[in-house]
Amino acid sequence: MGLLDQRFEKSNVLVTSLEGLLNWARLSSLWQMQFGLACCAIEMMAASASNFDIMRFGVIPRATPRQADVMIVSGTVTLKMASRIKRLYDQMAEPRYVISMGSCSNCGGPYWEHGYHVLKGVDRVIPVDVYVPGCPPRPEALLEGIMKLQEKVRKESVVKKKSA
Amino acid sequence: MIETRTLPTRYVTHPGEIKTSSGKTLRTDEMIINMGPQHPSTHGVLRLEVVLDGEIVVDVIPHIGYLHRCFEKHAEHMTNYQQVIPYCDRMDYLASMNNDWGYALAIERLMKIEVPPRVEYIRVIMAELQRIASHLIAIGTYGIDMGAFTPFLWCFRDRERILDLFEMTCGARLLYNYIWVGGLSHDLPTGFVEKAKAFCAYFKPNIKELNDVLSYNEIFVKRTANVGVLPADVAINYACSGPMLRASGVNFDLRRDDPYGVYDKFEWEVVVGKGEMGTVGDCWDRYMVRVREMEQSVRIIEQALAQLPEGNVQAAIPKRIRPDAGEIYVRTESPRGELGFYVVSDGSGTPYRIKARSPAFVNLSVLPEISRGCMLADLVAIVGSIDIVLGEVDR
Amino acid sequence: MTTEEIVQLLQSRCGNAIVEAKLEVPQPFVVVDSRRMREVAFVLRDEEALQFDYCSCVSGVDYNDGRLGAIYHLYSTIHRHKIVLKAFCTKENPHIQSVTAVWGGANWHEREAYDLLGIIFDAHPDLRRILLPYDWEGYPLRKDYKVPEFYNGMKVPY
Repeated sequence: MGLLDQRFEKSNVLVTSLEGLLNWARLSSLWQMQFGLACCAIEMMAASASNFDIMRFGVIPRATPRQADVMIVSGTVTLKMASRIKRLYDQMAEPRYVISMGSCSNCGGPYWEHGYHVLKGVDRVIPVDVYVPGCPPRPEALLEGIMKLQEKVRKESVVKKKSA
Repeated sequence: MIETRTLPTRYVTHPGEIKTSSGKTLRTDEMIINMGPQHPSTHGVLRLEVVLDGEIVVDVIPHIGYLHRCFEKHAEHMTNYQQVIPYCDRMDYLASMNNDWGYALAIERLMKIEVPPRVEYIRVIMAELQRIASHLIAIGTYGIDMGAFTPFLWCFRDRERILDLFEMTCGARLLYNYIWVGGLSHDLPTGFVEKAKAFCAYFKPNIKELNDVLSYNEIFVKRTANVGVLPADVAINYACSGPMLRASGVNFDLRRDDPYGVYDKFEWEVVVGKGEMGTVGDCWDRYMVRVREMEQSVRIIEQALAQLPEGNVQAAIPKRIRPDAGEIYVRTESPRGELGFYVVSDGSGTPYRIKARSPAFVNLSVLPEISRGCMLADLVAIVGSIDIVLGEVDR
Repeated sequence: MTTEEIVQLLQSRCGNAIVEAKLEVPQPFVVVDSRRMREVAFVLRDEEALQFDYCSCVSGVDYNDGRLGAIYHLYSTIHRHKIVLKAFCTKENPHIQSVTAVWGGANWHEREAYDLLGIIFDAHPDLRRILLPYDWEGYPLRKDYKVPEFYNGMKVPY
């Protein structure tokens, strides 16, 4: 069943490093801020539905940024919305991560050439950890993005400073 | 039995002053609360500035434009009319097939292109499948706004089967670039007709299941009946269209009244709201019109699959489309209402001006009229029943 | 009613508010004096034989010769006929009378034409930007528009 279920016969003392324990706890319950902008939001909703089920990775949608660990920016970021995204990112409590889902938030997407109101990539206002390409990415691609973020969290360290 | 209320809900706001028992006068003030642009219930990046007197809404001012992606400017820079179609997909991303068809129809009528009959039937099948998929999301998210999580999962499960059909045909799940000017990009693959028939047979009992769980659920009815009543004359004056207009009792559907495609070859009915649970034109009516439209769409798809002719799927048009100088306005029935394209051509291969008249943009403008006097929770019900897609509102 | 009959009835009611009528094109249109739009609109909506109660779309166009235009597509749900109205103005004096009092559906469409093209609709109840931020400068859909380099500290071009 689980990682620890019925594995141990004699002793019931486990030894691990603090970092290992913290990172394991953080990556298994990355709570997502419910934040969909455009078409990629529909694929994000499809990823939360029964066929692809993002909740088995521990990712639960939370409505407020204060309770969220990861912000999945799914959809086109416009200049009008960019200041609000920055404000929401500032309101998230650390440790916080950002997944940029879809072409539009990676680099401006199909609107890169003549979009006068489109921000060419959300990494111009907030730091991004994982980029998921696609237009829109399949739900499986988003799940792979979550898994890559989990690998990144697994390697984090309490004592070393996180590069912003 | 579910009891229905007889009067539309309009709560009375407090007077500007309250007299206390000791004879003193307290002044009350209104609050201005911001809903959105990030909000679980606004269906996208919509900002509502709500003026509240306690819990009662005095006024709502919608602010849009958080997803303005410059569709019209992009269209003016494309070197070919066919290149605009991926941008049309992304406007109303829940109804891509209908968007593509509206635009392709506008260019075909401008250039007087005749498409082969097989193309017409396949377009109808795709558009109606897309209508079911779009209504499923509208219903599922409306249920989750009202607090019902299970119908949301059921709707998405059924929608995945439609997306499987689309993926079989053109490779994409959400934004297809399938309906081109003069025909289609690919023909139907082998096995599509059988799979589509199997889907229709699978889906019909699911509508009854949805009705049992959500539509006639007492909590749902109490939250949506008699809320946000839109009278028919206000709806027409504000140019509402689609299920919003039909739920107010106006029997008007562009597929029948401004015909395009081969809809006249099938037997189907236009669904009109009758005020079963409350007043004609309330939120429950708008919701139920969508559920019943799904049934009619299944009927149309079954008939179209049975009558599907053979043939090729591209008319003989040049690769570089060059209409004569002129203009045209063509409208089609998308799941949200009247989707119109006004195309101005100057005789070159680049479009001069393309304006997309989006139904959600116009339907949303009626929100302040119908939500005065309701409570904040009712406002969520009303916004959900309008069924907006912000990509289309902001273009 | 056919388009010729509609145009004749309009000309008899509104006189010289109707500047021109072009009937040979696939979608015939009527050019209206931009300062008398509301009068013509009331006639179109309230006259028994016309009853154009549904304003499908109001589009703004930049004709690249110094003119801006607003094009109105109207439909009658009662008589099932259509008509197209056009009103022109210059870039130096971009004023057209608003028809929001006649058709509520024109409200947001006129705001959008103002936002993207700079056409000012006189007597509009709430003429302000709708799609772009309130502090945006310029009118993007004009043919001579230059994309700004920065907006509030964010780089706009790629």
